[in-house]
Amino acid sequence: MNPILECQSVTKKYTGFTALSDVNLTLERGRIIGLLGPNGSGKTTLLKLINNLLVPDSGKIYIAGINPGMETKKIISYLPEKTYLADWMSVEQAIKFFQDFYEDFDSKKANAMLADLEIDPKSKLKTLSKGTKEKVQLILVMSRQAELYCLDEPIGGVDPASRDYILNTIISNYRENATVLISTHLIADIEKILDEVVFLKQGSVFLHSSVDDVRIQEGKSIDSLFREVFKC
Amino acid sequence: MKWNIDSERPVYIQLVEQIQAGIISGFFKPGDKLPSVRDFAANAGVNPNTMQRALTELERNGLLYTNRTSGRYITSDLKMIKELKRQSAKDITVGFLEKMKQLGFKEEESLEIVINIVKEMKK
Repeated sequence: MNPILECQSVTKKYTGFTALSDVNLTLERGRIIGLLGPNGSGKTTLLKLINNLLVPDSGKIYIAGINPGMETKKIISYLPEKTYLADWMSVEQAIKFFQDFYEDFDSKKANAMLADLEIDPKSKLKTLSKGTKEKVQLILVMSRQAELYCLDEPIGGVDPASRDYILNTIISNYRENATVLISTHLIADIEKILDEVVFLKQGSVFLHSSVDDVRIQEGKSIDSLFREVFKC
Repeated sequence: MKWNIDSERPVYIQLVEQIQAGIISGFFKPGDKLPSVRDFAANAGVNPNTMQRALTELERNGLLYTNRTSGRYITSDLKMIKELKRQSAKDITVGFLEKMKQLGFKEEESLEIVINIVKEMKK
């Protein structure tokens, strides 16, 4: 099978600023991968490129062998950094919305997760707290049977107890051939569930390695290595 | 099973150690069937691939074996478990003696301290 993601010398510039410069990255199937880097290192830009919300200035991106577009949106489940659901919707309506939109959406799974996290499906999104809204979005995204999950800061506003539940959901929900790409600053919280880690530094791939290899070679956690590499 | 995984050392090695400890302590009995990799991983809060790697390691040294159709089991070889227990006791003792050395005690002195403490605890 071809890799789930291939970036070939991808460069993306915003006016007067290079967000990503000559990024070469291949991600295999069946992995949980941390996309880590300080603010402004290009994490969100990379995720947007993968999801066809941005187009590279040069270079090529392949998702399961094809260019980003309508076909790739069917196999990628994307949690953006900002909410995009309409405020007036209830949780129930949002589920219906996803069900209409994506063939691979499993509403049974979504409802089970809502029940576990004690979220009332009848409540309107605008009445929910920031953290609860984040949970709802993550539930929607993880209830798809996608081949690639792109999660941009999925647990930032979520309390530690629910964080554990969500990480467990990620571990137990992803299928053997699916890859999960997680961008986050909460490295210590997620590093136990990662297979691999990608460090972005000023728009370039600084490191791409198995997490246990890093621990063997460096004798330290990913969190400590991050603090060392990106020391201010 | 209560897992205690930190992020400083490779996770798969810690899983191997803790499953071994579970076998020694009798939490896992000889011949017990293990949960599926996915359930076991979720239980430990780690990645299924990492758990798989740990189980493969334990299979390689013979503590686990796989029955192609029905899953993965703890060895029934009591001699092997006994040997594991002995090795584990040795590791702990060597580690203890090294720490005592750093405090400036010779082996004989450490031994004497241990004997005295055991006597006190019995009182």
